[in-house]
Formats: sequence, C-alpha cells, structure tokens
Amino acid sequence: MSLPCAHELARQLADGTVTSAALTERYLKAIERTEPALHSFVTVTGQRAMEAARASDARRAAGSLLSPLDGVPIAVKDNMITEGVATTCSSKILGNFVPPYNGTVIQKLQDAGLVILGKTNLDEFAMGSSSENSAFGVTRNPWDTNRVPGGSSAGSASCVAAGQAPWSLGSDTGGSIRQPASFCGIVGLKPTYGRVSRYGLVAFASSLDQIGPMTLDVRDAALLLETISGHDPKDSTSAKLPVPRYSEELEKGSLRGKKVARPREFFEIDGIEPGVKAVLDNTIEKLASLGAEIVDVSMPHTKYSISCYYLVATAEASSNLARYDGAQYGHRTPGTKNIVEMYSKSRAEGFGDEVKRRIMIGTYALSAGYYDAYYLKALKVRTLIKRDYDEALAKADLIVAPTSPFVAFPFGSRSADPLSMYLCDIFTLSLNLAGYCGLSMPAGFGEHGLPVGIQLLAGAFQETKLLQGAWELEQTLGVTGTRTAPAAAV
Amino acid sequence: MALSIGDVEHVALLSRLALTDGEKEKFARELSKIFSHVDQLAELNVEGVEPTAHPLPMKNVFRQDVVLDSLSNEAVLANAAESEDGCFKVPQIV
Repeated sequence: MSLPCAHELARQLADGTVTSAALTERYLKAIERTEPALHSFVTVTGQRAMEAARASDARRAAGSLLSPLDGVPIAVKDNMITEGVATTCSSKILGNFVPPYNGTVIQKLQDAGLVILGKTNLDEFAMGSSSENSAFGVTRNPWDTNRVPGGSSAGSASCVAAGQAPWSLGSDTGGSIRQPASFCGIVGLKPTYGRVSRYGLVAFASSLDQIGPMTLDVRDAALLLETISGHDPKDSTSAKLPVPRYSEELEKGSLRGKKVARPREFFEIDGIEPGVKAVLDNTIEKLASLGAEIVDVSMPHTKYSISCYYLVATAEASSNLARYDGAQYGHRTPGTKNIVEMYSKSRAEGFGDEVKRRIMIGTYALSAGYYDAYYLKALKVRTLIKRDYDEALAKADLIVAPTSPFVAFPFGSRSADPLSMYLCDIFTLSLNLAGYCGLSMPAGFGEHGLPVGIQLLAGAFQETKLLQGAWELEQTLGVTGTRTAPAAAV
Repeated sequence: MALSIGDVEHVALLSRLALTDGEKEKFARELSKIFSHVDQLAELNVEGVEPTAHPLPMKNVFRQDVVLDSLSNEAVLANAAESEDGCFKVPQIV
C-alpha cells in the first residue's frame, strides 16, 4: 500500500470522507508507533496539532476554510522559528529556546490552516549530510535503519518516507533538502534564492539558505511551494515577484522539443555507484523518449565547488553563529567570572564538533592575512561557478544531474573524516552558490535496493518550468508510489 | 596548508571557543586536511573576475520608516539565563 499524498488528503477532507482531527490522530499514532525505530522528530506537538485540527474541522463546518489545504498535517525542520514551541536546531546551545514569535513560513502554514505535527531532527544548525551531527541522536533511514537518512533535513525526509507526516519543510544550504530526499526516496525542492522568505529560518549561510518542500510527489511540491513563496517585508533578500499557481501549471508544459543539458563533469566524477549510474542512464533515456533533446555541456568549475562552498558557507556561518553568546537566550555556563569566559565556555559547551569546526574554518578564512587567499578567492570562484550555470542554461531549458554519487550509507562510515563527508555534496553545492532552483526526485533503486534520486535544475525563478518537467518525467518513470520503505507506518 | 596548535589557539580565541588540549590537536589535524583540500583554488586564475557575495543582483532595499509592534520586554527576556530590572544580566565586562 502506498502512502497518501497531501493533495489526496486535501481531496478526502473536501469530500468529507475524513476529518482533520481523524487524519491528525492517524499521523500522531503513526509517529508514536515508528518513532522509537526512526527518531525523525525533536519535538512532537501532539496536543497543539489536535487543537489546530479541530479548529480546522470547525472552519470546514462553518464554510470558512482558510485554503484548499486547510486541515492537512505537516512536519517542519527544527531550524524554523515557532512561537511557543521549542526551536533547537538540534543543538545543545538552543536546547531550551522557546521563541516568542513565528517565522514567516510557519505563519504562512498556519494562515493556510495546515496542522503542524512537530519539529524534525537535523544535523546541528543544518551542518551535515547524515544526521550524525545532531546533539539529540541520529535519525534512521526508513528504507534501512542501519543507514543514514541523509542530511541535514534528516527528519523531514524520513518522516515523509515513513508515513509519519504526508509532507514536510526542509532547508537547503548546499543540498540539505535534495540529498536526504534522494536517500529516502521522496521529492525535495530547493527554490531560487529569494523565492521563499528566510525570516525565522535560523541562519547558517545567509547567501545560500532557502526553505523548500519535501513531498511524496511533484504535485505536492508545487502545492507547498506556492503556499510558502512570496515577498516578505521582513526579509529584504526575498524577491518582489508574483507567485505562480505552480500546481495549476504542471500539465501545461511539455518536454517535447525542450533541451536538457547533461554536464560532462557531473557524470565523470569518480566514485559514482554503478546502480546510481544505471538509474541516471535510464532517466536520460526517458527524457529523450519524451521528446527532450539531450545536450552535452561542460561546467568546468564543478570540481572547485566543494572548496568554494566550504569557504563561503563557513565564513557566513562564523558570522551568523557569533550571536550565540549566552547573554540573551540559549545555553550559558554558570559561574563564569568575566564576559569573555562566559562567551567561550558557553559556546564550547553548547556547540558540537562540526559546528565548532565550521566556525573555525570560516573565522580563519576571514582573518587578517588569509582573507584574500581564501574568502575573496572563493567569492571569485563563485562567479566562475555561476557562469558555468549561465552558459549551460543559455543552451538548455533544464539541467539533469545525479543528486548523490551513492545510495544512503551506513552510520559511522564517513563521520570519522569530516572531509569525506563534505565530498558527498559534490552534485548539490554548486546550485546554492549560483542561487538557482532545482529538485531531487525518485528515479529508481540502486545498490541494496535503496532509493536513488536524480536532480533537475533550472535558472532563477524558473520553478514553473522545473516542476512541469519533473511532473512529466515522474509520470513516465513510474517510480513514485511503487514501493514503500520497510519501516514505514502503513 | 597545515595549521599549527598556535594557529588553532588564535582562531579559537577569535571564535570565542574554549578548547581543551586534546581538541586543539584534533582540530589542528582536521583543519589542516580541509585547508589542504581548499588550497586547490590557488590553481585557478581569477584575474579580472568580480567576486559574487550574493546570488541576486539587488542593492539598497528601502522601506518606509514606520513604527510597528514589537515584542514585550517580558517576552524578550523570557529565554535569558539571567535578567534584572528588565535587562539582560551578564558577568563583569570591564
């Protein structure tokens, strides 16, 4: 039995075959049953969810629905600020932080009547690719609980694949939506920088971060994206552009006659598993069978994207994370004698190793004597990486690429070597540096029968074209909904 | 490039992170490996290339300077480790 998509649940609510209270209770029970094996959540907000669900049912009875999605449950990554509900970023330093306000995206969910089930686990401050950097324990992949779900939006991916929530929100700074979506066999979309407000998204790297949907199918990704997008006066980097009704555009496009770029460098990287390669080849065949013209392009700076990213992202992180000083909120070491001691001890106790590592990399790259050689150099390389995208997208409508070189890996197999963990992200990082949009969608099964995702990428604010292509490909691939993770609640 | 224990102590001070001797050694080893990898950027010639600090071509976002509601003093102090007389309380600064 396949898991129900959010758009199917919205229809059932509209038909009156189910109530939001019944639906919400069903998901909360699924969470209760499967959470000991998976640990997708940092906080489950059961009581609040039931209250919100009953309020939705009352609105439906009164004919005053807030949106067509009113009453549909959802889970959100625990780096999005929720008024009155702990927001931890899976870090000890924010372990007891209860925000006094809502982030814009959370407000938009509530304004649409969506029912928030809880806050999902992540690598601390969204820094990681496996959930192994969470201060509150790992999340397990529902397809094989001895393997990682990917990261950093680990719980947001596993909860959807396991039927603990019909859909969720993640955040993507260098692949943190797309890579776990690939590992867990779901759809994950990183919007164009500026498409979605970052107000109330706890900042990691401010020029790279975007919130995006994690869903069972492409239609749900379109529905959730149109719900959360739009200009926000509270985020001056959010774009002043109208938001298309993406879900109504899906069937209006066609890949026939469209050009899809295949960047040589993405396919020549050492260490792509044969099973992943086979899924990629099959996907490209399917794209061609739909009438798309496959164009070979070169993106020669791809191999520099990891170095560029880990300088830019850590430099921004070192600045953003300076706010955790123990003064206004978050962990403070008791009994310190002066302010520097208070800062240094509170931060040493509050942050995990990966966060400390990245703060120090970024601080070093920005420090006197190294700024030009590291940070400024990385910003110039960022220009070259962006140019690679611009040149590829001048020749094509979309780019097709792998999401990860391999399927979900076992716990502990990469965590001892930070650099080997960074190398996981080779196919996803560059999109954030360019600022463009892309998604990972289920395209088949690779080694050990585990899910393999492929990416479609597009230019700035080309989400309509991206989703149209993905939707058509999804119909033809016939992978979505065919298999359910063994640890799923069905 | 390799980072010495002294480099790590300097960067830890700038970062306001109190490290144990064991951590200093571990981070010196790990950071050296990471910086050796990113040193590959040195092989790229970027003469005449403008830096990209931000993906969108936007600057000077203006708005009307109007007073909006803000959080109450109580709500702002609710998460503080220590507060007194409506202020955050911290150890001696000077």
